[in-house]
Amino acid sequence: MEKSKEWPLWEVFIRSKQGLNHKHVGSLRASDATMAIKNARDVYTRRSEGISIWVVPSNNITASDPNNEDSLFEPAQSKVYRHPTFYDVPDGISHM
Amino acid sequence: MTKQEALYQYLLRMGDDSLILGQRLSELCGHGPILEEDIATTNISLDLIGQATLLLEYAGSLAEEPKSNDELAFLRIEKEYTNTLLVEQPNGNFGDTMMRQFLFDAYRKPLLEHLLESTDNRLSGIAEKALKETKYHLRHSSEWVIRLGDGTEESHAKIQAALDALFRYADELFFENEVDAILLKEGIIPSAKVIFPFWKKTVTEVLEMATIDLPKNNWKFKGGREGRHSEHMGFLLAEMQYMQRTYPNMEW
Amino acid sequence: MEIDIKELEKNFQKKIDKDIRIEPNDWMPDAYRKTLIRQISQHAHSEVVGMLPEGNWITRAPNLRRKAVLLAKVQDEAGHGLYLYSAAETLGADREQTIDDLHSGKAKYSSIFNYPTLSWADMGAIGWLVDGAAIMNQVPLCRCSYGPYARAMVRVCKEESFHQRQGFEIMTKLAAGTQAQKEMAQDAFNRFWWPALMMFGPSDADSSHTEQSMNWKIKRHTNDELRQMFVDATVPQAELIGLTIPDKDLKWNEAKEGYDYGAINWDEFWQVVGGNGPCNKERVDARRKAKEDGKWVVEAAMAFAQKRSAKKSA
Repeated sequence: MEKSKEWPLWEVFIRSKQGLNHKHVGSLRASDATMAIKNARDVYTRRSEGISIWVVPSNNITASDPNNEDSLFEPAQSKVYRHPTFYDVPDGISHM
Repeated sequence: MTKQEALYQYLLRMGDDSLILGQRLSELCGHGPILEEDIATTNISLDLIGQATLLLEYAGSLAEEPKSNDELAFLRIEKEYTNTLLVEQPNGNFGDTMMRQFLFDAYRKPLLEHLLESTDNRLSGIAEKALKETKYHLRHSSEWVIRLGDGTEESHAKIQAALDALFRYADELFFENEVDAILLKEGIIPSAKVIFPFWKKTVTEVLEMATIDLPKNNWKFKGGREGRHSEHMGFLLAEMQYMQRTYPNMEW
Repeated sequence: MEIDIKELEKNFQKKIDKDIRIEPNDWMPDAYRKTLIRQISQHAHSEVVGMLPEGNWITRAPNLRRKAVLLAKVQDEAGHGLYLYSAAETLGADREQTIDDLHSGKAKYSSIFNYPTLSWADMGAIGWLVDGAAIMNQVPLCRCSYGPYARAMVRVCKEESFHQRQGFEIMTKLAAGTQAQKEMAQDAFNRFWWPALMMFGPSDADSSHTEQSMNWKIKRHTNDELRQMFVDATVPQAELIGLTIPDKDLKWNEAKEGYDYGAINWDEFWQVVGGNGPCNKERVDARRKAKEDGKWVVEAAMAFAQKRSAKKSA
């Protein structure tokens, strides 16, 4: 098999409407970025799902290691004082 | 010829170009070189069939005896179709398909841009919608012509061969007759002579980027606009009209 | 560091039992990965091969509306194939390799697509019955334990809702049409009814993968459960538009509040799966040809991209 000739994989992110974040929707293959954008348009926005597209070569994404999940994310769980519900607000006060 | 008859004829030309090219591209659905491109080609086909639907609907309303777009699309005889020879040519290889598309899109886009100014509101409305689609088609086809031209040796040879075979049909895109004269006077359509330089500019630029050359032989084919088609047309129609001819007067 | 596989497997199953989704980089048992790759790529192949029997009628669709609808539907199938190949790639299954397995006959796809489409009514029967059966299969997969597969299925199910409707609309129109149209509709129904029932796979007693897949929440219902749901949903629809179910043993069973149906011809099923369906060869040949014909295009695009990026960095 001539592996090197396969088009690289791209991750696709779509902004569904103005004011929202781009969201990951899937991946596709394309020979270059221009083509990746167009393929993303045809593959992932056939039903007007988006108004803006980002494509990123899949091999450029660095992901956190799920084995480190505990040390990465659990420390935040004990810091409840970062959430407004941690604080008592006397009755009669609204909109704070 | 009245203005209405002329407009009817002109809408048939445009509608038939869209219909026949859309039909050709629809043959490829499920057979594209890679899934992503299969989806892209089908999108173009869908756009063209959508354009044909609107154009033939408008044409039908102007016919001496009003006709539906389906009657016009499926129940005329070969001589009554006035698409250019270019769009009825078989798909060939992917390079042939893209070159045919490119030569057509490079003409269709400036035509639609000028039709935005048409004194006929319904036609300018259709043009507005179709233009958005066609801009995308032209980007797609020209990018592919460039990619194939400046890709591998094999792809370069194939896209050059496609141009050599198809360029002979391009001149007919700028066909004009009495129909054009009448509509031009009314400000309904632009002259083909105005569209030609835009087409030429696009073609020159893209072919240069694609590193391919215009064929030396300058012979030109025509006939489609007057109902004289190539041998391929009869088979295309036999297939497209199969249901309507086999089961006449039924609802589907 | 010694990692205890047993411990990992136990934690994995615990996550599954708590309905926590598994994501691509999470640890998973090899067998889970293999099962998913097999199932997702089979599913992807089914979508892509499934384009062919319907593609067969796009150029002959009877009017402009039907042509556009069918074209859009078959295009969706290409999209669904792509979403699924993408999901399989997250498990390390390279798309090209996966597709080569289809072309070499190593990988399977839904055997329904090995039946020919002989009339326009087949477009109705496929949309209604085949997509109907597919939806029965796919809706539970939206809750599958593997995240990317579940998310792909959510997308697929959302898009497919129009597929079954367009098929039923075609059938409804034909069944209410002329004598020739009625006959065309009944004929298509007769040919696709049994193969549609076979789409749910062998009966539970003969299904080798069911139990493990249920434990892993890759599968949420058994083949027979899904088949029963399909029959119960479809029979009243057929009756409503005046088509006859081609099964003399079909009758309502009050006790189970469902229909009893006749024996399925499993010999035929296994023959078609094994390559002896009416169109197995044509379908795989067509896919192989598409790839072979496109090879120079794929190569050219890659060569072009490399030239351009070399120019940029020079």
